[in-house]
Amino acid sequence: MAFEGLSEKLAALVKRMKGQVRVTDKDVKDMMREIKLALLEADVSFKVVKDFIATISERAIGIDVLESLTPGQQIVKIVHEELIRLMGSVPAKITYSSAPPSVYMLCGLQGAGKTTTAGKLGAVLRKDGKRPLLVACDIYRPAAVKQLQVVGGQLNIPVFEMGTGTDPVTIAQKAVAHAKSMMYDVVIIDTAGRLHIDEILMDELKRISKAVKPQEILLVVDSMTGQDAVNVAGAFNEKLGIDGIILTKMDGDTRGGAALSTKAITGKPIKYACIGEKLGDIEPFFPDRMASRILGMGDVLSLIEKAQTAYDEKSAMDLEKKIRNQTFTLDDFLEQMQQIKKMGPLQDLLGMLPGVDAKALKGMQFDEKQYGRTMAVIQSMTKRERSYPNIINASRRIRISKGSGTTVQDVNRLLKQFEDMKKMMKQFSGPNGKKMLKGLGGMKRPF
Amino acid sequence: MGLFDKLKKDRPGIEIDAGTMPQEQSEQPEALEVMRDSKVGIFTRLKNGLMKTRNSITTRIDQMLAGFGKVDEELFEELEEILITSDVGMATAGRIVEDLRLRVKRDRIADGDGVRRAIREEIAEILASEAGTMQLRTKPSVILVIGVNGVGKTTSIGKIAHMLKQEGKKVVVAAADTFRAAAIEQLEIWTNRADVPLIKHEEGSDPAAVIFDAIAAVKARGSDILIVDTAGRLHTKKNLMEELKKIYRIIARELPGADMETLLVLDATTGQNAVSQAKTFSELGGLTGLVLTKLDGTAKGGIIISIMSELNVPVKFIGVGEKIDDLQPFDPDTFVEALFGLTEL
Ligand SMILES: Nc1nc2c(ncn2[C@@H]2O[C@H](COP(=O)(O)OP(=O)(O)O)[C@@H](O)[C@H]2O)c(=O)[nH]1
Ligand SMILES: [Mg+2]
Repeated sequence: MAFEGLSEKLAALVKRMKGQVRVTDKDVKDMMREIKLALLEADVSFKVVKDFIATISERAIGIDVLESLTPGQQIVKIVHEELIRLMGSVPAKITYSSAPPSVYMLCGLQGAGKTTTAGKLGAVLRKDGKRPLLVACDIYRPAAVKQLQVVGGQLNIPVFEMGTGTDPVTIAQKAVAHAKSMMYDVVIIDTAGRLHIDEILMDELKRISKAVKPQEILLVVDSMTGQDAVNVAGAFNEKLGIDGIILTKMDGDTRGGAALSTKAITGKPIKYACIGEKLGDIEPFFPDRMASRILGMGDVLSLIEKAQTAYDEKSAMDLEKKIRNQTFTLDDFLEQMQQIKKMGPLQDLLGMLPGVDAKALKGMQFDEKQYGRTMAVIQSMTKRERSYPNIINASRRIRISKGSGTTVQDVNRLLKQFEDMKKMMKQFSGPNGKKMLKGLGGMKRPF
Repeated sequence: MGLFDKLKKDRPGIEIDAGTMPQEQSEQPEALEVMRDSKVGIFTRLKNGLMKTRNSITTRIDQMLAGFGKVDEELFEELEEILITSDVGMATAGRIVEDLRLRVKRDRIADGDGVRRAIREEIAEILASEAGTMQLRTKPSVILVIGVNGVGKTTSIGKIAHMLKQEGKKVVVAAADTFRAAAIEQLEIWTNRADVPLIKHEEGSDPAAVIFDAIAAVKARGSDILIVDTAGRLHTKKNLMEELKKIYRIIARELPGADMETLLVLDATTGQNAVSQAKTFSELGGLTGLVLTKLDGTAKGGIIISIMSELNVPVKFIGVGEKIDDLQPFDPDTFVEALFGLTEL
């Protein structure tokens, strides 16, 4: 698969360079080729890649050996540094207007995820102590207004709408006036998806912007976007002067080069990343993590942070011991599931680790519906069965399924899942796994 | 800013005929940029029969041949760049250009027409398919529409339902996206536009139950085709992919022997991830075709070249807008033309 991590490829080249005093032109060329390939495969814009490679090469050719680093390591370091510099070194915060309400206008291509994002942003800002109002300015797409109403309803955030017969500029104006009189301090305007080459609709955005003077115009970009990202972001920025970017659908397996392209072409920061379909699935954007993801270096930082918030130290140590000794029981499994539920999808978490093959994780994913069933199944087992699942024969399976109100297939599935998890854990407790556990530093926990 | 841009800006939406342009040989590189960042979607241009020849690769080839009398390395690099910036992907782009290089050398191609023909053949070989045709011989038969979030499934269903109805088919649509907010209402507006019946349940209900009911309705009405809308799902979500399998099973059980088209909708704006999408969805089995949407933008959708060279699933339709008749059968020749700005066929 082309998505094999850049880190491994560079590591191989670095190995070859071992013992060299200087980095030669050929070394640099070889490494640059790999970097270029990786960035293009990650959908970073062709032009951005070209510029990036030029910068790196300049810095890399002829660098002398520092005491602590090999030339190869230095190049990797330079790449990472430059990438982070390009992504924006620090997370950019959303800004508030000094004269409320703060108006935010979301815009972007069709299907980027604006409506869902409007809801998510409302929820985030509400957590920050604000009173948000959502505004339905997409009068074109069938049922777009209704969609925002449903989203607002789910979040218990009011939605301002005037149906589909009024000019979006008027809707936006009326909404802001309404917000002022009703003391809403945040107004989030959902606009219709549009092509950046659609002069009429781009002009409509300009008119809305002129009428309500948004605190920020936020471009919503699908993280799976390819080379066209520069054209789109460039055009929206040129015509509207955007203030920031929100990346969506980051929960897939895209490397997300569009993040780099849009940042490079507009110079505007990415402010949030959306990581799922649920309305809480939004987080601040961390440039350094994105840099690692694009390069295929594994997002260790995010993983550690996520795990830390969900786990307490002691239970983690217990778990580690159990994994090492391979005395992991179904009771532990149940407990793990409860923990994992708190953290989000297991696959996402493990997938962030460098060296973990996402394919090996298939079938281990956390499923909300199944969670209830799993709980019921395990709770219908005897203590002995939970500790020694091997004894669960056909008749026991039937009893357990009846007791838990599930089917024998459900029981089978669970047992299979448990076996898979144990297999996985064997990998962790092998020589490489130990290193991996260590690599996670003070965390002392596998996931 | 080149004269060309200026003219364009002054008269937005109007295409300038190359023939009327003053000769600007020295400005070639800048003019090439114009082609790539062109402000009008490539398919819009094709639709309107307006092809900009001035800046096309064709012109470029001719100029190179005129200048050097031979096809040189620069041309291949430029071709590779066009492929990559069209989302074809590094590996496939490299392979196409390499094949082309060999071919030009082997066949001693030294004229513009020859190079153009070679490019077209090279890619047409990959794209050759039974475009636009659906195998729906049984009555009833089924079209299942799947894909990740926001690619244009529901809209495409509206367009396909309309197309089939125009052909005199009796169509029923099932609203099996019970997950996304107001997805059912959205589909309802489309089925009203297409004037076909919709079978729906409440938001949040079991999609399998909707399909079950829809099949019953199809049988009772003696309809020809059932089109099933499904919720957008990222291909990496195991549980949601399992749900699709369940949908497959229900259809197979309730309509044994029925012809079925499973169409994966891909957004032309998507980059290399589309390969991953196509692969994972095809692993479910039964994928019969692709629908490539949003070609009315500036994205070229080159990713399908990679997908088709790996998966052997044809593109059946393309989406070129948000209106009900903005659906076209996929035509490989037009596609290659649009990719390179090749002109005369
Ligand atoms: N410009 C353009 N927009 C499209 C096309 N097809 C769908 N869309 C838009 O893309 C957005 C998402 O479409 P929808 O059908 O809801 O996607 P779904 O989530 O896959 O069902 C909507 O705003 C559609 O109007 C197309 O071919 N061109
Ligand atoms: Mg839909």
